Amino acid sequence: MAIKIFKNFFKRILGNLFKNTKEIKLGFYGPPNAGKTSLANRICKDFTGEEIGTISKVPHETRKVQFKEKVEISYKGKKMTFKMIDTPGIATKIDYEEFLKYKIPKKEAKERAKEATQGVIESIKWLDDMDIVVVVLDGTENPYNQVNITIIGNLVARKIPVLIVANKVDLKKADIKKIEAAFPEYDVIGISAKFGDNLEEFYESIFKLSKKV
Amino acid sequence: MTQKKGGKHLGQIKGFSIQFLPYSEIKALNSDDRIRKILKIILDNNIVILQGRLTANEEARLIGDTMAMIGHVKNFRGIELAVISGNTGDSLLGKMAKGFANVLAGGDFSAITVIGPASIVKEMKRNPKKIELLLNR
Repeated sequence: MAIKIFKNFFKRILGNLFKNTKEIKLGFYGPPNAGKTSLANRICKDFTGEEIGTISKVPHETRKVQFKEKVEISYKGKKMTFKMIDTPGIATKIDYEEFLKYKIPKKEAKERAKEATQGVIESIKWLDDMDIVVVVLDGTENPYNQVNITIIGNLVARKIPVLIVANKVDLKKADIKKIEAAFPEYDVIGISAKFGDNLEEFYESIFKLSKKV
Repeated sequence: MTQKKGGKHLGQIKGFSIQFLPYSEIKALNSDDRIRKILKIILDNNIVILQGRLTANEEARLIGDTMAMIGHVKNFRGIELAVISGNTGDSLLGKMAKGFANVLAGGDFSAITVIGPASIVKEMKRNPKKIELLLNR
């Protein structure tokens, strides 16, 4: 009996120690060009001084899952360590001709399209490995895109805590209310990854969400 | 089919058909077979109107399988997909009651899923109550 009590005591102490140092896997999901990498870059730059990936106006710039480990985020005296996982944008169609509009040579456009299709497959595979996910949506676009609904549906089915971010609120066309109306059961935070607007509220929500892990 | 109006060439409108898929046709199938059946119809240049909806996991697998086919199937560029559900305005209790009924029946019958090949469907615009299909010429 006494041994059992000691065992439970040490298990609890060690468990709590482990929990406090655990790296939370924070995924960034969403459609292409919503600003996933811009947001991940902003956070990584603020807390590690380094960026996670390159950004571009051309869709599907991120075509491979990219990581930044041991990102310690400090907010209001609290600290948490994250493994940031930036994923390629999920789309239902990819046409190399779309890239030609951005003056990318045909051969390169075809290669980009091929890599982008692989990126989508990789993003979907990675869904199972996330602790919490930030779904980054373009605040200027119609939120009733089936890709957004499919991503969130998959996270709910896997019981992964979700935060929805409406990016690009610096643009006049942005409409957070439309995104809130589309996803009434979730917290929606309006931010500008480009200018770093409203990141305080974002960090507060991330810390709150991390407690559910 | 080539259309002309006042001598002005309006371009080619590609042939396609719309196929209705009642839930009873996929009810007994496993996820692999459901996706295979839908993709087969789409690859024949049809737009599918499915009674009910796929599970979130099946939707993700459909997207993944679609991506794997781009570049391997001639002229295939992917799909356009939209689901419209009949219970978007329901209260939580209403949703729970319908959810339970749907579990018993085996699918969300209040939903309609529209899936089309991207070579035919340029864009699907969706709001909670309607789906608009913009076709490629």
